[in-house]
Amino acid sequence: MIFLRRRLPLLITMFTGLLFAAQYYVPHPASELLLTSATKWLQIIGGFALVLGVTSLFHQHAVKIRRQEAGWGYSLVLYAGMLVTIVVGLWAGGKESLDGTMTGFGWIYNYMMVPLQGTMFAILAFFIASAAYRSFRARSREAAVLLIAAVIVMMGRVPLGEYLIPLSGDVSQWILNVLNASVRRAILIGVSLGAIALSLKIIFGVERSYLGGGKE
Amino acid sequence: MLNVSRSRTCPLECTRSERFNRSVFRWAFVRYGPIALALAGALLSYSMAQAAPSAPASLHVIDTPNDGGGSLTIVWVPAPSDGPTAQYEVLIGEGGATDPAALKVVAEFPANTRYVKEMKAAWWTRPADRSWHQYVVRSGKGVELKDGTAYTVTVAMRQGVERAVGPLLQATPEANWFNWNQLNNLILALGFGGLVFYSIRHAKRNDIFLRRIPGLDAVDEAIGRSTELGKPILYLTGAHDMSDPSTIAAAVILGRVAKRTAAYETELMVPHRDPITMAVCQEITKQAYLEAGKPDLFKEDANFFITADQFSYTAAVDGLMLRKKPAANFFMGSYFAESLLLTETGASTGAIQIAGTDSDHQLPFFVTTCDYTLIGEELYAASAYLSKEPVQIGTLRGQDIGKAIVLTIIMIGTLLATIGAVTGSSWPQLFLDLFKDLK
Repeated sequence: MIFLRRRLPLLITMFTGLLFAAQYYVPHPASELLLTSATKWLQIIGGFALVLGVTSLFHQHAVKIRRQEAGWGYSLVLYAGMLVTIVVGLWAGGKESLDGTMTGFGWIYNYMMVPLQGTMFAILAFFIASAAYRSFRARSREAAVLLIAAVIVMMGRVPLGEYLIPLSGDVSQWILNVLNASVRRAILIGVSLGAIALSLKIIFGVERSYLGGGKE
Repeated sequence: MLNVSRSRTCPLECTRSERFNRSVFRWAFVRYGPIALALAGALLSYSMAQAAPSAPASLHVIDTPNDGGGSLTIVWVPAPSDGPTAQYEVLIGEGGATDPAALKVVAEFPANTRYVKEMKAAWWTRPADRSWHQYVVRSGKGVELKDGTAYTVTVAMRQGVERAVGPLLQATPEANWFNWNQLNNLILALGFGGLVFYSIRHAKRNDIFLRRIPGLDAVDEAIGRSTELGKPILYLTGAHDMSDPSTIAAAVILGRVAKRTAAYETELMVPHRDPITMAVCQEITKQAYLEAGKPDLFKEDANFFITADQFSYTAAVDGLMLRKKPAANFFMGSYFAESLLLTETGASTGAIQIAGTDSDHQLPFFVTTCDYTLIGEELYAASAYLSKEPVQIGTLRGQDIGKAIVLTIIMIGTLLATIGAVTGSSWPQLFLDLFKDLK
């Protein structure tokens, strides 16, 4: 049992990890084919895993409705929305338009889904303003530096700002290209080394907690 | 002498001054004429040599190295008549062809372009000297190169209407099994791997200092606060699936956090965007509760799936934050535009927020809105920091040594690149190529 639960997954991880690490160095079409096939397999497995996800979602909201928890009405809306979308989608053959005419599925997507997504994204503008207000208050030396840098960059990135303070364009470019870029690259070097080290630990079975934690 | 020339050349009607001038020119012609003629001849022959195209010398056609097949590389020595007015033509035809007329022109370019130095190749894979011309023939634009099939290839130089064709050469494209351009990458990866495992071995025998990471020290504080307030803990694993290292790191940290929440008997909520990540995290959480000795407290639906859609997921989690008011929010893994929408909502509920991400573009938002932020590699270090296992801490030491090496290489590389640019020497390139990412 321990072989099936622990050792076999570790062996598969090690084999596939080394195989696909080697694949990166092999330009042969066979190697490309292997990568393409593996990607397709991942998509297929992902499709089947969606059943797990939808089951979890149904269960979660079924419990809410049964217990009549706060906001259980929204769970009913979710069920209704999901069922209507599935039925309309199957009816339209999964197509948004047929012979140039919008299907019910296309209508749901274009007039409900897209505006709702747009609304969520639009809220970001207000959240940026409130977050900026909080962080740009010069309460400490670091915050003051942040405030000054932010003002210069903001002025340098808009035509009016550059018109009012002509130097702000060049200074903001310098801040972005020199200070900001160097810090970003430093972070990226650290991230890359961290990701490689984690990958090595997983491939060689040093890190096993993703299998369910614990030691054998 | 002047008198002689006057008597011979000047007619009677010439004035005195005209006679004088003509005599001077004649004298100059007699004296320097042969030299001038020789010079003019030399100039004429030089300009004729310039105008006449010459067949490409030292022409070589090879299977393009380090590729997936379907291409041939041609290299040849630059001709003295190279210039913007001259053109090179690349001709290709079936294998065994002996007549250039049977070949098809697949490329034409000015003779002062396409040098080996422009190729994306390191010095150890360069097919010829940097000053040579090169051209890579690939399938497309009316030509299809098949692996294992021989082709006749040549290069012609054209200047005006004249054309000089080089020797007809045979070559066969093949797919290669190793990209030698990436040899440096492989050596560096193996070197770093060796370093990590050496550091792990070293850490098993020696104590290694681990600097404080305030964000991780605050994990206990956040869980304790949630326990005191009797409110749940919200843990997010990011936007990516399990194939991303940041999601794996987030799942590993979840194990440590779940162990503490089990010990403190605090409710844990982990909404997911990916069903596979959800399944993995369910197992991790279950194991954590078992290890904490509280298997009865484990809830299967602590990990639940919402949707894979970015903003639908964000809206659902925001709603969860506003309704359930968790006392601690953890944002680990990779994030995109949803980061600020999530954290700002969390901040408005008064929750203690800890973020950890390798998405450098979202870091400012996390730093602004969260109480603690694990920046970049700290996300990967979190597992070691929380477990304090020598194996994990050894990895961190390996990473630090790796960073020191990278820093040194950057400094040496900057110095050498500057020397190369100032002096025009090519030798610094020998070192710089060693650390280039060539695909």
